[in-house]
Amino acid sequence: MADASAEVERLPGRVEAFWLAYAQSRGALIGLALVALLVLVAVFADVVSPHPPNEQYRDFTLTPPAWDAGGSARFLLGTDPVGRDILSRLIHGTRLSLAIGVISVALSLSIGVVLGLVAGYFRGLTETIVMRMTDVMLALPSLLLAIAVVAILGPGLANAMYAIAIVLLPHYVRLTRAAVIGEAGRDYVTSSRIAGAGTLRLMFDTILPNCAAPLIVQATLGFSNAILDAAALGFLGLGAQPPTPEWGSMLSSALEFIQRAPWVVTFPGLAILITVLAFNLMGDGLRDALDPKLKR
Amino acid sequence: MPTFLGVTLIAFALIHLIPGDPVENLSGERGMDPARRERLLHEFGLDRPLPVQYAEYVGNVLRGDLGTSLTTHEPVLQEFVTLFPATIELAFFALLFAVVVGLPAGILAALKRNTVADYAVMGVSLTGYSMPIFWWALLLILLFSVQLGWTPVSGRIAIAYDVPAATGFMLFDTLRAGDIAAFRSALWHLILPSIALGTIPLAVIARMTRSSMLEVLREDYVRAARAKGLSRWRVVVVHALRNALIPVITVIGLQVGLLLSGAILTETIFSWPGIGNWLIHGVQSRDYPVVQGGILLVATIVIVVNLVVDALYGVINPRIRHG
Amino acid sequence: MTAAPLLEIDGLHVAFGTRERPLVAVDDVSLAVLPGEIVGIVGESGSGKSVTALALMGLVDFPGRVSARRMTFAGHDLRDLSATRRRALVGKDLAMIFQDPLASLDPCYTVAHQLMETLAVHGTPEERSSRAIRRARALALLEQVEIPDAAARLDAYPHQLSGGMAQRVMIAIAIACRPRLLIADEPTTALDVTVQAQVLDLLVRLQRGRGMALVLITHDLAVVAETAQRVVVMYAGEPVETGPVPAIFDAPAHPYTQALLAALPENNEDHARLRAIPGVVPGLHARPVGCRLAPRCAYAVPRCRVEAPALAGPPERAVRCHFPLDATGAPTGSWQAERVGAADEAKAP
Repeated sequence: MADASAEVERLPGRVEAFWLAYAQSRGALIGLALVALLVLVAVFADVVSPHPPNEQYRDFTLTPPAWDAGGSARFLLGTDPVGRDILSRLIHGTRLSLAIGVISVALSLSIGVVLGLVAGYFRGLTETIVMRMTDVMLALPSLLLAIAVVAILGPGLANAMYAIAIVLLPHYVRLTRAAVIGEAGRDYVTSSRIAGAGTLRLMFDTILPNCAAPLIVQATLGFSNAILDAAALGFLGLGAQPPTPEWGSMLSSALEFIQRAPWVVTFPGLAILITVLAFNLMGDGLRDALDPKLKR
Repeated sequence: MPTFLGVTLIAFALIHLIPGDPVENLSGERGMDPARRERLLHEFGLDRPLPVQYAEYVGNVLRGDLGTSLTTHEPVLQEFVTLFPATIELAFFALLFAVVVGLPAGILAALKRNTVADYAVMGVSLTGYSMPIFWWALLLILLFSVQLGWTPVSGRIAIAYDVPAATGFMLFDTLRAGDIAAFRSALWHLILPSIALGTIPLAVIARMTRSSMLEVLREDYVRAARAKGLSRWRVVVVHALRNALIPVITVIGLQVGLLLSGAILTETIFSWPGIGNWLIHGVQSRDYPVVQGGILLVATIVIVVNLVVDALYGVINPRIRHG
Repeated sequence: MTAAPLLEIDGLHVAFGTRERPLVAVDDVSLAVLPGEIVGIVGESGSGKSVTALALMGLVDFPGRVSARRMTFAGHDLRDLSATRRRALVGKDLAMIFQDPLASLDPCYTVAHQLMETLAVHGTPEERSSRAIRRARALALLEQVEIPDAAARLDAYPHQLSGGMAQRVMIAIAIACRPRLLIADEPTTALDVTVQAQVLDLLVRLQRGRGMALVLITHDLAVVAETAQRVVVMYAGEPVETGPVPAIFDAPAHPYTQALLAALPENNEDHARLRAIPGVVPGLHARPVGCRLAPRCAYAVPRCRVEAPALAGPPERAVRCHFPLDATGAPTGSWQAERVGAADEAKAP
């Protein structure tokens, strides 16, 4: 039966298989491209930005964007009430927003995962305490919780980041705990334990990698939430303080200028929208690509 | 119940965690002379051990005493009750908007999967929850109030009208007073804020409905219903929809928390006299009793709503109802 | 054949996938069912037997495409029926029950509701006008399918029923409007062994009592042996043998049928292990060129792997094989010669 042995197709490795699944969705690819672009802008902000973000050009306050009458090519997207170039502020704001996202999510994820692991693994009283705490945190609408934290810590960018990290925390704790409970009963864990693996090793080396998929998806979506919440706090004056070029705070005094200078309102919000959209697309794409592995 | 206690704990702890002297924070007075401070300390019960203070606080809360606002000198609870209806009205219409538009959109997207209609609905809803609410509200104002002049910019009703506050719900009160012009004014003022606030819930509902419908349409009983020769309408509405809506209802209920968050921002922009606005002013003016009481009350409401949703879920899902 | 066939299918073809890469689930199936007859369609999973039934009922959705040279039921051409006309037929004269009865009942509605629904759409004018009459009829139907304590079961929800009871309910729904043909797709596969026989008995009794034709789809040859008059054996989307049950069971003409029979427990009482057919059914993507059974067939010779056999013989007794088996179970035709030839070739350097 020599001819019956067809050439076995080279099976893709895990990473390659994941990429193939991810690339199925055009939206996911667009998201990825946008995120890459944003990261580049953030990293090279100083180089890309035409003006320093906080430099006030007194003679050019409230200039319209370049394509409007009265606009100037010097300030492509116009200037704000005190004469700062909006484009430059937006570019530097990218750096800020991405930093906020990364730090808040990283902070929240690390603490949340540990808490979730502990709760899910040890069960009993530890679990009850941890889960009650998360219930309480989830009872407050996220913005309210963030405001409460900022009320305690005081306004400012760093405090806003802590507040957001706290807001995201319960979600990661819950997710990790649920995943751990699901995995802990499985055979590979038991065999590891019999082989003599210590608790820490079991938790981090054995169980955690298998819970990674949903966590990754949540982290990406948490990024978008972090950026939105940071903007909200900035808008309310509770986050980044002037003159920091954070997108949300750029919008906070915008209401008065909405008739005279609508560009002051439109562009910062657009920046937020595009960034959050990019991460949401990426998160959705990740979820769809990891799905078959999620369902086990 | 334990969640509620946890929330009271947080609200209680808030005062003590805030930087600065608790006495000054609670009274609003700064730089008092020591004697007065001593007296206030005793009055507020701050000289007693913490657990006792907490017990007292909870006792007060259960009696309805949540402190007095530093700025208006009114009882916090009373202020809340006065302002809450405005927020309820806004949230109600926002949710109504979200359901009335989002539900059919999700159903349509599921039925016409992978067509232009589907992509349009999904694209719009993705954009919807990627937008910052306050920006979206500003844009809406820019377009409809400033450029087109269709809707008013802010407030609940035109200043010209003076409506006796009975229920606190502007629509009811204007009708009760028989003032149709005022009623219409109130309605117009509701439109834009409701749309702004309801956009994110709309996006979430549309997505959820679509995915739920898609799952249900694949089920065996839908195929069996078609094999019975039932009309397409019957298959989709009586069988598929009924089952698909079960998880969606839960999601709708959970939007309340989101609505309250969004209300804070929306009310600020539209100068809507509700509790969102009240809370923000409280934070900005360091009116700590307001902040403390506000957080407690809002969290309580969210907890109650979640309980109601859970109960409702038990009713509409026959598997739980009839075990 | 003096009576006109109730159901006539000729050259049914169901394909999924794209035009460039079609994935053919059902390839050239032909079948005729007389009124009151029981016909079995037998095959492993992946043989296309269920899809055939779905195609008949008009339940094959995009991206599946159904085509046939002929597909008529009681005079109606099923191929291009308008949706309205199809709905008037399906559930009334042409009914189907499915494999997983608990999943095929809507969990949100009671048994009574789902029974009465059919009556409201397809019932007699009295049934359609009066709720009370429908409910009485529903009760009567439940009693006919031998559900104990039928009155109490009327208001039960599907999750409160056992698998056997749920299947009886499904049968009740299917026969409610006196169908002329009932298609049963693996009706007992999801049920406990003890219940299987009961449900099958019920089906046969109902069928005889009402003169209803029955198409029984199953992977279990034993089921077919006891109930059907004729059988179509399917493999990998194609019919490989058709004929009356006694003939097929006594002298199977296709190697696959022979192997299926050999694998039945009753035929293995003197063996320590059940004789199984090695290998697996080729999936939609991996159909071999030539005879589809060749990779697994004990009698395969080089010609089998290269040339696909056509269905040969009269419609009442057809076989798809280059070397159909004779009454002793040995391949006929030039099989011996070709086998020797192949062995010689293998030996040659």
